[in-house]
Amino acid sequence: MRHLAWQSVLALVLCLAGAAMLPLADAVSALPFTVGQTAAVELLLLASVFVSVSGINPLGGAIFLFLAVHIAAFTLVGGIAGNEGGARLSFFLLLAAAWLLAWRLNVLISGLKAGSRGARNFQRLIVPTLFGVWILILWEGITRGAGVPFVLLPPPTSIAVRFANSLPILGADLVQTVFKAVVAGYVIGCGAGFIVAILADRVPFLRKGMLPIGNVVSALPIIGIAPIMVMWFGFDWPSKAAVVVVMTFFPMLVNTVAGLAASGHMERDLMRTYASNYWQTLFKLRLPAAAPFIFNALKINSTLALIGAIVAEFFGTPIVGMGFRISTEVGRMNIDMVWAEIAVAAIAGSIFYGVVALVERAVTFWHPSVRGG
Amino acid sequence: MDSFRDKIVPVSVIVAAILVVWYVAAIFMNAPYQRELNARAHVTPDLGAFIGQTWAQRKPTLPAPHQIAENFFKNTFLVKITSRRSLVYNSWVTLSSTMAGFASGTLLGILIAVGIVHVPVLDRSLMPWIIASQTIPILAIAPMVVVVFAAIGITGLIPKALISTYLSFFPVAVGMVKGLRSPDILHLDLMHTYNASKVQAFWKLRVPASMPFLFTSMKVAVAASLVGAIVAELPTGAVAGIGAKLLAGSYYSQTIDMWSALVAGSVVAVLLVATVGVVGRFVELRMGARP
Amino acid sequence: MNVSAAAASANDVGRGAATMSSGQTVVSARGLSLVFDTNDGPVNALADIDLDVGKGEFVSFIGPSGCGKTTFLRVIADLEKPTAGTISVNGMTPQQAREKRAYGYVFQAAGLFPWRTIERNVTLPLEIMGYSRAERAERLHRTLELVNLTGFEKKFPWQLSGGMQQRASIARALAFDADLLLMDEPFGALDEIVRDHLNSQLLELWARTTKTICFVTHSIPEAVYLSTKIVVMSPRPGRVTDVIQSTLPKERPLDIRETPEFLEIAHRVRDGLRAGHSYED
Ligand SMILES: Nc1ncnc2c1ncn2[C@@H]1O[C@H](COP(=O)(O)OP(=O)(O)OP(=O)(O)O)[C@@H](O)[C@H]1O
Ligand SMILES: [Mg+2]
Repeated sequence: MRHLAWQSVLALVLCLAGAAMLPLADAVSALPFTVGQTAAVELLLLASVFVSVSGINPLGGAIFLFLAVHIAAFTLVGGIAGNEGGARLSFFLLLAAAWLLAWRLNVLISGLKAGSRGARNFQRLIVPTLFGVWILILWEGITRGAGVPFVLLPPPTSIAVRFANSLPILGADLVQTVFKAVVAGYVIGCGAGFIVAILADRVPFLRKGMLPIGNVVSALPIIGIAPIMVMWFGFDWPSKAAVVVVMTFFPMLVNTVAGLAASGHMERDLMRTYASNYWQTLFKLRLPAAAPFIFNALKINSTLALIGAIVAEFFGTPIVGMGFRISTEVGRMNIDMVWAEIAVAAIAGSIFYGVVALVERAVTFWHPSVRGG
Repeated sequence: MDSFRDKIVPVSVIVAAILVVWYVAAIFMNAPYQRELNARAHVTPDLGAFIGQTWAQRKPTLPAPHQIAENFFKNTFLVKITSRRSLVYNSWVTLSSTMAGFASGTLLGILIAVGIVHVPVLDRSLMPWIIASQTIPILAIAPMVVVVFAAIGITGLIPKALISTYLSFFPVAVGMVKGLRSPDILHLDLMHTYNASKVQAFWKLRVPASMPFLFTSMKVAVAASLVGAIVAELPTGAVAGIGAKLLAGSYYSQTIDMWSALVAGSVVAVLLVATVGVVGRFVELRMGARP
Repeated sequence: MNVSAAAASANDVGRGAATMSSGQTVVSARGLSLVFDTNDGPVNALADIDLDVGKGEFVSFIGPSGCGKTTFLRVIADLEKPTAGTISVNGMTPQQAREKRAYGYVFQAAGLFPWRTIERNVTLPLEIMGYSRAERAERLHRTLELVNLTGFEKKFPWQLSGGMQQRASIARALAFDADLLLMDEPFGALDEIVRDHLNSQLLELWARTTKTICFVTHSIPEAVYLSTKIVVMSPRPGRVTDVIQSTLPKERPLDIRETPEFLEIAHRVRDGLRAGHSYED
């Protein structure tokens, strides 16, 4: 029935090679792996290899594989903590074997036929989650196992510890950068872009002139105006908001103008047969039809706004803000703090985007791309 | 002639209007400092002379367009190309890392896209992350990358190019996946009736169909690469490059220098995007698109 | 069809097919021509059209593709301007008529707004024309009943079949009291069975109201079945080659299409179409 998967075969080879080269690690300071732990890891991995090729009950097999591989991985990664740099080749071989088996697990899960809708959604979620988790496991195992200098790449766990211990600072930076600069700049920039687009729509000459300019400016490194804005508006958040305004203005302008042209001829003729005036046609037909374009700009701008505010802070701030923190902590070689700040930026960015996307789904529910037609 | 009436005239009028507004704004923004200077020097120029003064300051709050143009011209054409002050030199420093990063980012993006389209597990596990990572401000890692690389003795082009690679990789991967998946079911079925192999279907159908998507995303990617290279130059302590010029300008309040560095950056951006556009057009023509 | 029961009682207007052109003209075209300036040179879409449409008539326009049927309707609707000749709608210029909201237009595709429910699609013209909330509700109820869509108020267009969407778009055109209904191949995209159904519904609707209908179609049976007057057109340049008064009675069950009288008219229409074709060859 099922042919041997290469991940499983390679994992078996690595397991055996790893077993031949024990122990897993030399003691650096703490006690490394006990015999029991080592044996458990080997056994769990070998059992996983067996289960992954045996083709027994797919769901049960996947669950066993999931538990076994992750217990083995966490034993490996947990045991190396305190012995940074002490790992020997066999540690990496076993870690690689566990990773291959996790890969195999992902293949198996992707292949499962999910019955219900809920199961399908779970399947769609678990595969990328496992992938992400394994990036962290490998990152942790390699940085600790090989003793990568802390200033180059700190392991995820110490970033997490740093994150948890610096919540007040991170929170203050978030408020300064996101809730002041980004929100203000985003609202003003998108609002201005929208209003100018409506104006340009009203005056064809303006539209013909603005559209090529907007398209060109959208491709320019606008972020470069940051130092000028800092000079004009001072060190505090208004200068960052000004950069965000300029960066978000043009995508909004270009997209809204395109969106306003997007309603069909027939629909416009229809409005004409009702002798509907400009504003009625705008509000009842053209703006709803433009909504997908406008939301596209809002989504692009959510990322641009964060980038603009953070990078603008590299040019000078009061002593708070995400960009300020990143640039000063980099200077002090507190790389774990930098990573914690980047994690905050990533979370803020995806939540910002997610909120816009949710509003979009609610507003443009009728659009084929949203209703899945 | 239509493009003349529909594009060139409105664009020139609006650019002219912007210039006028700019000059007027320069008067008002530079006036307070100029008044201070004049008070100190005990001179009271008439209005015309005063306006002339606001357009000729050495470190104006807002330089007048002709000051920027003069500075740009001087630093581009009159200064020796090898000089630190030359905009050509600085642009080249930025451009080289942009292009190195863009080339490797595009290559990486295409390879990953091919993988994603053909390997279901990759699609399921990697694609969500690639899409999600477009929502986060990746550029924030630029200073860290530069400093960490400097710590292990790697400076210059490589860390900058790495950031550009990273930034250009995402749009290309996403666009290329879309493009490789763009052929109709009808055309895929047609290939199926020919009993074409996966490789044949790839080269004869998927690749040609993906070209418009590829070049559209490459335009986005090349602009992102340039931004990445410029921002990567900020923390290196102002050695060379457009970003370094900007930073040096902001240290010493050399506003005119900053503006002309911005102009240089914009020229580079336009050239890069236009080049990608022309290459894209050429490829499409070669593939039989209607002229 | 709950309409059929109502139709008999509502049918007290008393317009027999024979007593058709009862004086008042709604649309009147004299020497009407329209030339499109295209990149490949001028296109004579309409050439020297003379036509009268009387009040309460059901007029079908039939002819090969490109003969200017749509264009003529669009001229009546003030969506195109004629390049020569005159046209009046209710004794006014088309523009004045449009501003007085004198007609409802039904396009070939339903053209419902996907972001509005059926209810809000049908009340769209009423909102634009400033009807009160109560009036809108009342008219909505009435027109949806007329096209047999009661109960679908809260649905979105994409949740309805093509035939239902087309009926909703007819309801939208009926919602305000325009005396003139312009319909451009409203059933063109539908299958034969749905089409028959909508045809008889349309006839009943016409009988119950006092509307004048201009109806574009490609189908000879449809034109003969529905109309009191059939306008046959031919292309390049678009001209009227024949105007046929129907002798069919006002009451038209679907099987009237097998009667000799019906076939006779259909024959005349077909001859008219052929003549138009041979003209250009
Ligand atoms: N906007 C336009 N610009 C240029 N030419 C046009 C335009 N609209 C229509 N025409 C031309 O005018 C002629 C008549 O077109 P029209 O749409 O009225 O035909 P029709 O009788 O409705 O055809 P069909 O049955 O295919 O709908 C055609 O030759 C068409 O190419
Ligand atoms: Mg037509």
